[in-house]
Amino acid sequence: MGNQAKTFTKNLRELLSEGIDTHGLLVVFKKELTDHFSSYRFIILFALIAMVSLISTYTTGVSLREELEGITKPKLVFLMIFTRGGLSLDWFVAFLFPLIGIVLGFDSINREISAGTMSKLVSQPIFRDSVINGKFLAGITTISIMLVSIVLVISGLGLRVLGVVPGIEEVWRIIIYLVISIIYISFWLGIAMLSSIVFRSIATSALASIAIWVFFFFFTLLGPVTVANAIAPLNQAGADSETIIRHARVQERVRLSSPMGLYNDATATVIDPMRKTTSSVVLMGPMERLLSARFQNPLPLSQSILVVWPYIVSLIAITLVCFGFSYAVFMRQEIRSV
Amino acid sequence: MDPQTIIETKSLYKYYGQQAAVDNLDLHVLEGEIFGFLGPNGAGKTTTILMLLGLTEPSKGEARVCGFDPTREPLKVKRLVGYLPENVGFYRDMTARENLQYVAKLNNIPDMTSSPKIDEALQIVGLSEDGERKVETYSRGMSQRLGIAEVLIKDPKVCVLDEPTLGLDPDGAIRMIELIRSLSRERKITMLISSHNLDQVQRISHRVGIMIRGKMVAVGPMEDLATEKFGVGKEKYTLEQIYMKYFHEV
Repeated sequence: MGNQAKTFTKNLRELLSEGIDTHGLLVVFKKELTDHFSSYRFIILFALIAMVSLISTYTTGVSLREELEGITKPKLVFLMIFTRGGLSLDWFVAFLFPLIGIVLGFDSINREISAGTMSKLVSQPIFRDSVINGKFLAGITTISIMLVSIVLVISGLGLRVLGVVPGIEEVWRIIIYLVISIIYISFWLGIAMLSSIVFRSIATSALASIAIWVFFFFFTLLGPVTVANAIAPLNQAGADSETIIRHARVQERVRLSSPMGLYNDATATVIDPMRKTTSSVVLMGPMERLLSARFQNPLPLSQSILVVWPYIVSLIAITLVCFGFSYAVFMRQEIRSV
Repeated sequence: MDPQTIIETKSLYKYYGQQAAVDNLDLHVLEGEIFGFLGPNGAGKTTTILMLLGLTEPSKGEARVCGFDPTREPLKVKRLVGYLPENVGFYRDMTARENLQYVAKLNNIPDMTSSPKIDEALQIVGLSEDGERKVETYSRGMSQRLGIAEVLIKDPKVCVLDEPTLGLDPDGAIRMIELIRSLSRERKITMLISSHNLDQVQRISHRVGIMIRGKMVAVGPMEDLATEKFGVGKEKYTLEQIYMKYFHEV
């Protein structure tokens, strides 16, 4: 649209004439960060997340300890506290932690508009994008601090329960896992901020972002199988290898279309190196499966990263798309006090 | 020497869909004056102000504020112009002083200089005693005066006040009007005051402009407007009467 092009050239001109507005960005960033850390919602959220993580880690740790009693400890045993058990931390991060991003972002823009502070903020001599960038960065920083401290606490607990000290490789894997998780939660922050820009009412934007979350929650759990059964049904009696492959492919495609599926695949071989491939269905006969299990060795770190690299890039891409979209809408929005 | 034009628009238009919110507006505000920008609700006053500050783009025509085009160089304009929006809001869980500090920081005023500035601004608007109170405990009149203090922090050349007396009780409104008058006199700040409350604004305005349905129907000093429309020379007319006359004509 002509208008959009005009806005773009205007921004470009501003950028060239005045340079990048790091000052305004920093001021907004600091204020937002202070707000996050002094808010009740942060404390409640942190308590909730910490509780869930500690309980899941503790139960996993205890059951792991029992399992491992009397046998040689497998390689990279420390990582298992993150992945083992029905409700592992891995699962919680994928399905429950999006709540962090949503809670931090769902009212970031529309609350200021309805409070009348936004029109005054944008009439100060700062670029308008400093407002949204500062808020987004403050959110990411809050998320990072939250996740890092939780993983540290969990590692401490794991140390006590398991009695195993993590090796260097395990530490690296945990760090990479953390980075991917931060990007993933930032994606949800982006979704929440987008809806706080699109919807004027705070309740609507909260509901909209929660709706997206719940949708993907169930979609990721049930969608792949349902779609695959519909498109490439497996006959009970004689399924030839081609249909099985097709079925598996459809399942994978569908799973990857959800951010939760993407996140699971992105972290899969990093945090769970025994899993050699990201796809869940590998064509193997029972004998082969037995064989491979017996001689299982973890995938080296560099190989693990190679396997998940495309998923990480996609995760970053959807986060940026989401943020870019909010940016485009916000820059063109006319802000009036209501 | 003639006073210089500090705010100027040339055939400015703003369309929302087919509807022209601002229709061929030529506005001149001179340096140092108080310009009363009058009109009923929905006349396009706020839209004009948003265009003057570069907060929305004109559909056609151009505007100049202190010699800068607000569409192209909004930051330069925003450095010089203090804007008090209609229904100004504050961060309610922060104290008045903290709110002002935030604005000072956004204006790149270092803490060293901002602190005495904040004291001074609070004193001017009569809130020295209440600076450490949270804004959520403020009354409507106090908030509005805090809004003026906030505008003063950046030492503006021009103040644009959108409905500064809206929702104030008579006493608060008079205090606000007197505050604006004294700021104009003592600090030589050019004031553009939008309002639908004729009575209050006519008391302090050097010139007024009447905007109805996006069009500026009359501009000039109060006395001129009265003579022009009624052709009665010295006789006293309230702005109300003039205003209603124009309103029925359009």
